[in-house]
Amino acid sequence: MDTLTVWALIFGLTLTSFCSRGAFISLLSNFTPPAPLQRALRLVPVAIFVSLVVPELLLVGGQLQFSPANAKLCAGLAAIAVAWRTRNTLLTLLAGMAVLHLVRTLNS
Amino acid sequence: MTAWKSIQDHLGDRHYIGPCVKGFKSLRYNALPPLPAAPYSRTPVTLHPQFIAGAKATMVALPGIVSWGLITGVAMVGAGLTPFAAFAMSLLVYAGASQLAAMQLMSAGAPLLLIILAGLVINLRFMLFSLSISPYFRRLTALRRALYSYLLSDNGYAVSIHNLASHADDPDRHQYFFGSVAAVWVGWQIGTLLGIVLGASVPSGWSLEFTIILTFIALVIPHIKDKASVAAAITAGMVGLATAGLPFRLGLIISAAAAIGAGMLVERPKSQGRA
Repeated sequence: MDTLTVWALIFGLTLTSFCSRGAFISLLSNFTPPAPLQRALRLVPVAIFVSLVVPELLLVGGQLQFSPANAKLCAGLAAIAVAWRTRNTLLTLLAGMAVLHLVRTLNS
Repeated sequence: MTAWKSIQDHLGDRHYIGPCVKGFKSLRYNALPPLPAAPYSRTPVTLHPQFIAGAKATMVALPGIVSWGLITGVAMVGAGLTPFAAFAMSLLVYAGASQLAAMQLMSAGAPLLLIILAGLVINLRFMLFSLSISPYFRRLTALRRALYSYLLSDNGYAVSIHNLASHADDPDRHQYFFGSVAAVWVGWQIGTLLGIVLGASVPSGWSLEFTIILTFIALVIPHIKDKASVAAAITAGMVGLATAGLPFRLGLIISAAAAIGAGMLVERPKSQGRA
């Protein structure tokens, strides 16, 4: 790709990036969501983050791998347990990373 | 406060005539008309305590953010961008997932418009974040809202949405968000710079980028607390798995929409009974 196209790409992506983030903070800031929409919005964090996390834990190279050999799955389950019991982000991270590397070491 | 004090000191010295006798010193302030009350009690330089609290709450997520930035930096240089263009992209676009996808598509020779369209689709989740968080920013100036729009990130949103929602009546609570997204921004730019400079010579065996997923787990668990959120979580997991193979992270939007729909369906009978 030549220099001009690269900069056109950067400019285009900047526009999409800012417009999607600023859609309701900056551009349509006076838009008050109706009550049902507000209830829906409360579910946004759960909906998005679970959608991000579950495929990452269960899919290995696009294939469903539901076994103890799946290090990410084991680490994720440990992290869920610790997060549930302690509500502590740092402990959750430490437990998850410890299990990830433990399972990988055991499998290798 | 300090700024007005210094103006007062300055004026006081100019109006002060006479020998410097200890007892007279207080007179020079009394001789002046009282100054109007300061319009703002804080100078813009000092960091708000909520800003610091938000930044601190984000610290645990930083290793993941820095490594994620690092991966993006390496990918940008690897795809043939000059270090300057790569860093400009990181500063201007500031969206890891769409930057990585753009680099993949660019290497595959995809046309410019398709790459930009893919970036838009990947960033659709930010529209949901934007809508969800906008009520807390409504009273702020346009400039500050533009700044917050630019800084909005997955991690910053995840760290601060719970705090904002539970202190909706506090007009300074947006500073918590500001602190959080600023910390994410700094970590991300450091990571990107390291990636651009170091290239591929970083050990990938540590899998530090996995801490991002772990952070999301830690942040989402407290939100799963009633029937609606449990239904949303189960649906998000199942639909997320089923649609993971779709291009451009379309699956993320489909499964988020399905999860919100499921949560609303579970919640509906109760609210209808009350009405």
